[in-house]
Amino acid sequence: METGKTAEIRKQILLYLEKNSRVEIGELAVLLGTDEVTIANEMAAMEKEQIICGYHTLINWDKAGSEYVNALIEVKVTPQRDKGFDETAERISNYPEVEAVYLISGGYDLMVLIEGRTIQEISRFVSSKLAPIEDVVSTVTYFIMKKYKDHGTLMIEKKKSERMLVTP
Amino acid sequence: MRNPLSRKITGIEPSGIRKFFDIVSEMPDAISLGVGEPDFDTPWRIREEGIYSLERGRTFYTSNAGLKELKIEIGKYLNRKIQVNYDPDHEILVTVGGSEGIDVALRAMLDPGDEVLIPQPSYVSYLPCTILADGVPVVIPLQQKNEFKLTAEELESYITPKTKILVLPYPNNPTGAIMTREDLEPIAEVIRKHDLYVLSDEIYSELTYKYDHVSIASLPGMKERTLVINGFSKGFAMTGWRLGYICGPAVITEQMVKIHQFAIMCAPTNSQYAAVEGLRHCEDEVQQMRTAYNQRRRFLMHEFARMRLDCFEPFGAFYIFPNIQEFGMTSEEFAMRFLEEEKVAVVPGSAFGECGEGYIRVSYAYSLEDLKEAIGRLGSFIGRLRNER
Repeated sequence: METGKTAEIRKQILLYLEKNSRVEIGELAVLLGTDEVTIANEMAAMEKEQIICGYHTLINWDKAGSEYVNALIEVKVTPQRDKGFDETAERISNYPEVEAVYLISGGYDLMVLIEGRTIQEISRFVSSKLAPIEDVVSTVTYFIMKKYKDHGTLMIEKKKSERMLVTP
Repeated sequence: MRNPLSRKITGIEPSGIRKFFDIVSEMPDAISLGVGEPDFDTPWRIREEGIYSLERGRTFYTSNAGLKELKIEIGKYLNRKIQVNYDPDHEILVTVGGSEGIDVALRAMLDPGDEVLIPQPSYVSYLPCTILADGVPVVIPLQQKNEFKLTAEELESYITPKTKILVLPYPNNPTGAIMTREDLEPIAEVIRKHDLYVLSDEIYSELTYKYDHVSIASLPGMKERTLVINGFSKGFAMTGWRLGYICGPAVITEQMVKIHQFAIMCAPTNSQYAAVEGLRHCEDEVQQMRTAYNQRRRFLMHEFARMRLDCFEPFGAFYIFPNIQEFGMTSEEFAMRFLEEEKVAVVPGSAFGECGEGYIRVSYAYSLEDLKEAIGRLGSFIGRLRNER
């Protein structure tokens, strides 16, 4: 059983790492008012429990000058007896170009996020891989034209602070 | 030509911070730890509500004491936060920032010669506002060994038959000190015993760490002799909106409304509508800011300990008040040299009262990256000073 204190420190660690996973363990211990051993142990435990699933970097590829295209694809799926949507969702998830797969309520079943080098590459993937899957009934593809905010982070230019330098 | 000025106003010194500000603003590349306002933007939903209220054409006056909706929300908020009930119709006045609350309270309560006890170091306006209201300011110097809390003994020793009001500025600017329930109880006892009133400036009440904020108004027999000042500037990051409030007994509030009515008319309508949204829906945003301030506070305490800089641990506001007496210079000299040699602005403690001499105010209303840079420079500066001696 996890005590309330452990739950609280875990939550604080996660909230911090979610915004800055590059922080050093020693510094994180200072910021959260605990010790390095606690941080290291909890992080290791949460990695093992797959609460922490990775330490990724949020990149604005637009600025990096690389050619890439993102798209959202709505997928209608015929659910299978006993398995529902899981088997089809896993088949789709296994493709490396697929960034995310969500089961969605509403007019369709799966939302697939996909990344490719060109529009043609994504179109090819949809027509030759995704649409032909047996239980996939239909797909609708939306290409992303510009990202304003991603993972809770604004992609817009930051403004300079205009506060006065000294105030009471 | 006749002298256009009153003796009262010419007798008041300009704020010590102002002088420093003028020097810093001539240095375009200076970085600063000298700011007394949040680095966060006002939460978006509050700003959006402000924009919406302008779009709706809500550009009229509100009633003098403030929008009814807002006063109701303030009443609920205070009930949640400090467990005191205020009647929105008779006990709450919406003001232009907390600052106006200080002014109207003193003007409503003081007769010439009445004494006002002002613990220092503290915010710069209690003393001049007392003078402007024809009162007599009496400074109570606070001490580092008490973590800059006011003790009942200190309070008692400054009381005279003319004493009428105690200003209680906690969580404190510039020291970061707070008063817990245990600290407030003996103070309340002295107040009741001597039949005094309290002007409790709780503008930083949202920003306490480790301990929850306690208002002296919530202690037995104290609501009827306390005016609580609060507002949106610090906790909700709304300094520029100029919106605060003051709550207290109807007999005093009624008179304060009169002053406010004739001098101000009403607080900005736009800000009042935006603040309603803040009180209803921004608890999470306020909590996130509090968490960030607390992390920076811990970071600074850790760094000061590493530098062996003498400093008590503050649990409120967003200031740390390190002791710089070991360097054998005044706080103004220290701040000036630090600015000249390292291009970092801090505010000399003496700007907050004579007893702030020997200290500097370090604000942590800055991102962690900015703090790291500034603290690195403070480290080299202190190292150099120690080598000189």
